[in-house]
Amino acid sequence: MGKKLMLGNHAVARGLYEAGVRVVSSYPGTPSTEITIHAAGFEREKMWVEWSPNEKVGAEVAIGASIAGARAFSGMKHVGLNVAADPLYTASYTGVNGGLVFAVADDMGMHSSQNEQDSRHHAIAAKVPMLEPSSAHECKEFTKLAFEISEQFDTPVLLRLSTRTSHSQGVVEEQERVERDMGDYKKDAEKYVMMPTYARAKHPKVEERTLKLIEYAETSPLNKIEINNPEIGIITSGTTYQFSKEAFGNDASYLKLGIVNPLPTQLILDFASKVKKLYVAEELDDIIETHCRKIGLSPLGKEIFTYVGEYSGPYIREKITGEKTPYLEFGEPIPVRPPILCAGCSHRSVFYVLKKLGVMVNGDIGCYTLGATPPLSAMDTCICMGAGVSALHGFNKARKDYENRAIGVVGDSTFIHNGITGLINIAYNRTNSTILIVDNSTTGMTGHQNNPANGHDIYGDFTAKVDLEMLCKSVGINRVVVIEPSDMAQTERVLKQELDANEPSVIIARMPCALLKTTKHKAALSVNEKCNGCKMCMRIGCPALTFADNKAKVNSTLCVGCGVCTQMCKVGAIGGEHED
Amino acid sequence: MKTKSIILVGVGGQGSVVASRILGNLLLSQGFDAKVSEVHGMSQRGGAVSTYVKYGKEVHSPVVEKGEADIMVAFEQMEAARWLSYLKIGGKLIVSTQKLPPMPVITGAAQYNENIIDKIKALGVDTISVDALGLAVQAGNARTSNVVMMGVLSNIMDFELAAWQKALEESVPPKALEENKKAFELGRNISEKVKEV
Ligand SMILES: Cc1ncc(C[n+]2csc(CCOP(=O)(O)OP(=O)(O)O)c2C)c(N)n1
Repeated sequence: MGKKLMLGNHAVARGLYEAGVRVVSSYPGTPSTEITIHAAGFEREKMWVEWSPNEKVGAEVAIGASIAGARAFSGMKHVGLNVAADPLYTASYTGVNGGLVFAVADDMGMHSSQNEQDSRHHAIAAKVPMLEPSSAHECKEFTKLAFEISEQFDTPVLLRLSTRTSHSQGVVEEQERVERDMGDYKKDAEKYVMMPTYARAKHPKVEERTLKLIEYAETSPLNKIEINNPEIGIITSGTTYQFSKEAFGNDASYLKLGIVNPLPTQLILDFASKVKKLYVAEELDDIIETHCRKIGLSPLGKEIFTYVGEYSGPYIREKITGEKTPYLEFGEPIPVRPPILCAGCSHRSVFYVLKKLGVMVNGDIGCYTLGATPPLSAMDTCICMGAGVSALHGFNKARKDYENRAIGVVGDSTFIHNGITGLINIAYNRTNSTILIVDNSTTGMTGHQNNPANGHDIYGDFTAKVDLEMLCKSVGINRVVVIEPSDMAQTERVLKQELDANEPSVIIARMPCALLKTTKHKAALSVNEKCNGCKMCMRIGCPALTFADNKAKVNSTLCVGCGVCTQMCKVGAIGGEHED
Repeated sequence: MKTKSIILVGVGGQGSVVASRILGNLLLSQGFDAKVSEVHGMSQRGGAVSTYVKYGKEVHSPVVEKGEADIMVAFEQMEAARWLSYLKIGGKLIVSTQKLPPMPVITGAAQYNENIIDKIKALGVDTISVDALGLAVQAGNARTSNVVMMGVLSNIMDFELAAWQKALEESVPPKALEENKKAFELGRNISEKVKEV
């Protein structure tokens, strides 16, 4: 107990624990992942925590636990809420028994995402309240309050986070967990069976609930007016509040909205009447601003602030006052430093071979998306989890001539998440599609979470393991081949053979991620005098290989001896043990 | 007190997370409000990373922007150049002489900039350069160069040595404490010499 420096996500987990939550089920996704990791650090007898196969399952597990009477939670990134939107929109109608909270972490600036959507739209469309903390301290407090609001108003509650809120550490004070009695389970079909008859009765109740929530938002301490200098008045929320405070301190007045859906009316009108010039500072879309216009105000918002990316203190100051912070510049262009596949990564050889074969690569999301970057440059598409499989079928239906030269590439976690349904469609609706599952035994991109295909749960315990070969066969794929991707000749041969086949096939490239603790590394390799400086080995983009004085060189602290470069070398110049 | 900002820059995997943890624990022990901001995910796969540490009576934004950092700690030369604009004019730079060529340099598509540290000094930046990797190896583990840099940093921040040592103990695994203590020492001593010059 006491004050600690905690990541926003850790503070949310602490809030779950203190709020007496019993069930947590989430699918990882940056920047939300650490909520669930930290939640798993508490006694599982009190709070069961699990990785779900995808966000829809995670949200539904939480809904079930809530119906059973427990406080329950699921955390996800912004695009995860698209996957979980279906259960959310109807859980809005059923309401809850035990408090039900979903955290959704937006990624302004796209630090690690494929788009920049504003998840407040989901709160509006699903007609559920959304809270937005602005610091680690508030992460814990708002999480606990979210459960109270959920139970008081009989609704799921969304907790909106952002990269900066989730991944900034701030000072948090720990408190005790408060256990809650679940009472007996009581059947209540009118509340929980959402067929038309019962759902019709529910919709007006949802609208009434919104009115009550607006009333709550008018007076709730979560929405705070801070009157300092009345010249500038800023309506804001979340980290943007912190940015605004950074910009103006006590030289401006603020309306800080902790509840970002539904929005209050009277409170905003009050604030507007107390300040001379009204601004709305909100990252991404113009939701607060639109509401202000609806209630007759004309604040300055997107006229001066962008819809794109992250804001900051200096940005807000500059947009309002024109003042700029001076800074130095190095004055020369500096080469970019893009993220890359690690030394020994199981994905490297696969993408080299795919590039060599010149096939269309219908990709997906994970570490393996880095196969799209130079020098591998082997990926044609990346849309969303699962599309690596399903979109290939569409591509092949549209272009029959590509059936033997297009391939879908998907990771093990991504395949479980949503890839399997696309594969069912390939078998069912018949294209000769070839799918490559790059199975590195982990959910690599988000920091190595266990998943149903690696046979370990979030606690690291052994559990049921999906047999990918049997799974693919059972949906009607007859050709399922497992390869060892570090063997490039075999990889090339099998890829050609399966692309040529006149029926759908699945290739599973199985090799554990080089960063897993259980992966055994070989001794670092070395370059001998046979090196003729041809640079063939540089084509695989390995960070452990450099080129100097017309010769390749192995960095022995990075090399894990995977041997892909050895296979690239035509003159036998790389191999053996390192001289050091 | 006005909020102070430190920016740590380097390459994913160079230990900026542990370095920022040391700073966070230190600042908390001194009774400050503090925020430490890092970015996870994509940027960790060998990409450029920056971590922000801010402290004061009340810290608002967790982010450090261009022209704002009182101190920049760069674990790699090219990253010092890349993030230089984040340093406040008149701010201090501590830079490791280590060079890690990024992929475009490895593949020959680009050149690693020459004489980076001299060019930065020529811009009038108060700079301390350290062979952090060499000292880390001397301390017994090449991976402690992040802690060497914290040792150097301890000389230009106004906190007692004992507070740094306690923060270090709280931030590294007990197994690795000895070599980290050594690394910190080596960093702290080198920069005393630098200061005397
Ligand atoms: C709907 C959705 N949920 C979560 C994510 C975040 N995410 C991106 S990649 C990934 C996991 C990829 O794991 P895997 O498919 O096993 O590939 P690896 O990274 O291990 O190569 C996750 C969870 C996302 N982009 N979209």
